[in-house]
Amino acid sequence: MSLKDDLEKLKEEGLKNIAESDEPSELNDIRVRLLGKKSPITDALRQMKDLPAEERPKVGSFANQIKEEIANAIAEQQAEFEKMMIEAKLKSETIDVTLPSHKTKKTGTMHVLHQIIADIEELFIGLGYQVINGSEVEEDKYNFEKMNIPKDHPARDMQDTFYIDDELLLRTHTSPQQARTMEEHDFSKGPLKMISPGKVYRRDTDDATHSHQFHQIEGLVVDKNITMSDLKGTLEILVRHVFGAERKIRFRPSYFPFTEPSVEVDITCFACGGTGCKICKGTGWIEVLGAGLVHPNVLKNSGVNPEVYSGFAFGIGPDRLAMLKYGVEDIRNFYLNDVRFIEQFKGEEA
Amino acid sequence: MKISLNWLKDYLTLNDSPLEIANRVSLTGIEVADVEVASDGLKKIVVGHINEITNHPDSDHLKVCKVDVGENEDYQIVCGAPNVAVGQDVIVALPNSRIANNEKIKKGKLRGVESMGMICSLQEIGFSDSVVPADYKDGIYVFEEEVIPGKEVYEYLGMDDAILDFDITPNRADTLGMNGTAYEMGAIYDQKITIPTPKVSETDELSSESIKVTVDENTLTRQYRLRVIKNVHVGKSPMWVQIRLWNAGIRPINNIVDITNYVLLEYGQPIHAFDMDKIAGKNIHVRNAYADEKIVALDQQEYQLNENDVVIADEEKAIGIAGVMGGQSSEVDENTKNIVIESAVFDETRIRKTAQHLNLRSEASIRFEKGIDNSATANALDRVAELVTELADGQALSGQVVGTELPVNDIVIDITTDKINRALGLDISIDDVLEIFERLQFKTSVKHDVLEILEHLQDKDNKKKDVISVEVPPRRWDISIPADLIEEVIRLYGYDNLEGTLPVGRQTIGTRDEKERFGNKANEEMLANGFDEVISYSMVDQDSVNDFQMTAGKITKVAWPMTNDHEMLRTNIIGGLLTTVKYNLARKQKDLALFEQGRVFLSNDSKRPEEKNYLAAVLTGQVGDKDWHHEERDVDFFDIKAALENVLQRLNKDVEYTLEATDEFENVHPGQSAKILVGSKTVGMIGKIHPYYQQQNSLNDTFVFQIDLDEIYALAGKENVYEPISKYPTISRDIAMLVRTETSSQDIIDIIKEKSGKYLTDIKLFDVYQSKTIELGFKSMAYHLTFQNKEDTLTDDQINSDFDKIIKNLQEKIDVEIR
Repeated sequence: MSLKDDLEKLKEEGLKNIAESDEPSELNDIRVRLLGKKSPITDALRQMKDLPAEERPKVGSFANQIKEEIANAIAEQQAEFEKMMIEAKLKSETIDVTLPSHKTKKTGTMHVLHQIIADIEELFIGLGYQVINGSEVEEDKYNFEKMNIPKDHPARDMQDTFYIDDELLLRTHTSPQQARTMEEHDFSKGPLKMISPGKVYRRDTDDATHSHQFHQIEGLVVDKNITMSDLKGTLEILVRHVFGAERKIRFRPSYFPFTEPSVEVDITCFACGGTGCKICKGTGWIEVLGAGLVHPNVLKNSGVNPEVYSGFAFGIGPDRLAMLKYGVEDIRNFYLNDVRFIEQFKGEEA
Repeated sequence: MKISLNWLKDYLTLNDSPLEIANRVSLTGIEVADVEVASDGLKKIVVGHINEITNHPDSDHLKVCKVDVGENEDYQIVCGAPNVAVGQDVIVALPNSRIANNEKIKKGKLRGVESMGMICSLQEIGFSDSVVPADYKDGIYVFEEEVIPGKEVYEYLGMDDAILDFDITPNRADTLGMNGTAYEMGAIYDQKITIPTPKVSETDELSSESIKVTVDENTLTRQYRLRVIKNVHVGKSPMWVQIRLWNAGIRPINNIVDITNYVLLEYGQPIHAFDMDKIAGKNIHVRNAYADEKIVALDQQEYQLNENDVVIADEEKAIGIAGVMGGQSSEVDENTKNIVIESAVFDETRIRKTAQHLNLRSEASIRFEKGIDNSATANALDRVAELVTELADGQALSGQVVGTELPVNDIVIDITTDKINRALGLDISIDDVLEIFERLQFKTSVKHDVLEILEHLQDKDNKKKDVISVEVPPRRWDISIPADLIEEVIRLYGYDNLEGTLPVGRQTIGTRDEKERFGNKANEEMLANGFDEVISYSMVDQDSVNDFQMTAGKITKVAWPMTNDHEMLRTNIIGGLLTTVKYNLARKQKDLALFEQGRVFLSNDSKRPEEKNYLAAVLTGQVGDKDWHHEERDVDFFDIKAALENVLQRLNKDVEYTLEATDEFENVHPGQSAKILVGSKTVGMIGKIHPYYQQQNSLNDTFVFQIDLDEIYALAGKENVYEPISKYPTISRDIAMLVRTETSSQDIIDIIKEKSGKYLTDIKLFDVYQSKTIELGFKSMAYHLTFQNKEDTLTDDQINSDFDKIIKNLQEKIDVEIR
């Protein structure tokens, strides 16, 4: 047998052993045996010196070729083992993905009224309004007098207002913020555009539709040439934002001491779309807020010249909006805070 | 106000359906809250004539009636009413009829006797008790005028009329009378309204010879007029008067009283009738009441008056509370012969205050409070005289006796279409504007004179700037300034014609104020920490108001609380949160993490309570749910502390907060509570609710914190400064020690920091241990200290020397055994 034949045989046996190897350690033994320092191939190469000089390169390259083939086969087998191992590992790690998740830390839910307020704030910030927070304890002067509700006006009856003393009271509406911002505003720097959300208080007996504490968002724009059409356009944006793009609005004449003309604002019913249903009492319309052009006396009382400036104002009731939007049947739910109520509004945040 | 459509049709032609009318009025003028036709839902209710009555064989109070209901044969109907009698025309609900409240009447037997339906009271067919005339209050109704048996009753009783319920805003009190309403309808439907001038046939005798009147100026009375009518015959009013009264919600009484009420409804002018023969001295004096003066009013109640009330008095006593209610002593009754009729205008405010302090509101006081047409007093008085002479055979003496009559004039308001259009964002022509004022029946004149135009507007030759002078009659006393006219124009022009626009003009930047953003950050952090947001009541009860107050101070009480539960302004938020916890516990919701941010009201020396923004949180129950791989665990102090740290860190990462154990807060566990300090300033509190308080309030273990956001806001944080991340390694050392149990971790950390050298970057407590193997009164504490030199590699030598100093300092400062 020639050296070449030996090598051929070695190769065949080696490849067979490699292919038949069952585990990495066995493969490692084969590698040491066939490619190590004491391997037959190394031996064969050592025997080359006995060959005629012209054959040496031939056999040498043949031996190297075999060596490489075996090494490749080992590497392939090795890769195969690794793949098997990973597969086995993956299999052992398989979980039931339908098991409940780790609920280590649930996030809390923002109060639905604050969600509505925040949502409306965002809208008006986008329209260039400042958000201003006023005091809940207010002076009679701001709550009433400056809002064109002089002493002895029927709207000031004791039964409507929580007075603290002769001059101080819990604000009955967010409107005093109109006077306060107008007084501070520098009209030479541009128009006044603001909304002011917050708690207000009235002497009402708490029941499903009345609460002695509720919320309002006041809106006010004062500039030269502010019109009733501007009010309508602004409120259209508001109601479509809150109640959906297809809502229409209409104005009805109304009365507030601090606006003239004054309007109630109705929107097409979001439940029936205007055809008439239980929610809109068959009319197709739902009253959502009150608004109007700022009464000249209110401008005057805050040091703004009504001959030069005009404005519009509106008042939104977030409690009422939430009741309408979500069908909440009892206003007290907002202030009794059953967590099952609060958490229903998860994910509604603006 | 309930407006009868039939009555309105006396003034103008209305062909629309009641609902269409209601809708149009709502969109143009006054909200119509409801439209009601009394006969809607009723069925087969007819006139019956009682021909015969026999006693019921088995009943003392039931009668068996033979009733002509327009059929060939009389119906036999059993009736239990005490006032049923032969010859009466009555209301009969036939078999298979439907009466009030959707009740069906069937042929049936009453104690064995067949009854073909039922003879009805007014209440049974839907009348309110409050309008049923006294005669028929406790029995069946008997028609007073000729009716035809078998015909439906609705028209006879005015039940076919559509009643529009006008929800009148305070400024439109002019529509509290039919005349005023007619003008409004006329404007909406573009029809001219004419109010007929009453014609009084008078005797030659002068009123002024029968009665004298003095009106004190300090009563602020603006109009006061009387008429005398003699020889009246008090009796029932004709049906048309009664119907109009009860359809407006007023009970018919007798012709004289009914006529005063009728004119009240017609003119909106309260009218009072006195029995002249009961007036002592025939001298009427309108004066302020005396202190403690008493009067028994028509409602039989005695009222105690004060000097701010106005009375109508004779020579002996008050005979009426001006503008509110007449006195019993001069009441018109069935024996009255001669009457004095009063038509007056009293001061709104005084009437309102009187009605308020006497808690007595009448149709008259309601109208006086809101104002009435000062120009209608005389006509209204004549209208009463006209009706009394017609319907009660009275003889009106000649002339009115006038106590006072302040001049009443039209108000002239100048306006331009330019001004109107600029306010509305419209382009209405002057002709359209003039047409609207014509519909309102306001006189107008347009000033084209160039000089006058210049004077008014420094502009010329522009029709838009022509000045329209509008004469507003006194019947529309709500209109006094151009803005009022603009409202009239737009509502009649139609709000639907407004095209929505947005304000043009200079751009503005929309922002939240910084303090609100600060507060919002706190809320976001609390939400991220798993706390639900709640809003509780700002007004709380007296007993609990200061349970968790952080700073001493007075408490603010509201003047007229509605209930004891809500009478004091809250001084803290924890109280409200605990109320919420209790509410939830009662509903089996036990695992609660809640927070609230809101105002508290702290009274210091100034009159006005200081409003501060607080944030508070409460934690009770268990952390996490028990599930397939989790054990639930009761919440503890360190859970609420984690939330507190997170929120403080979020609000102001540069400020160092420390917790100082304290037992100074009432209602909080003395061994599990702390003040939250910045330097020496208290900015909040944290702790477990006192077990005693928990027990009293049926709470489980509950942990709270509360911080003063305004104080924290005031601690200005630094701007973020970027610092490159050091490439040099950190070195750490652990230190374990035995210390006395009362030594706080904060004490140890403070001491470690005191002599730490400049390379200590972090201290972490990693073990606290107390057991039998440790001497009683001691605990083992172990800390992990991290050192780093940001500019160079630290050597062990450097750290060893720093570490030794730390240990030495600990040993010197506290009783510590390093392990």
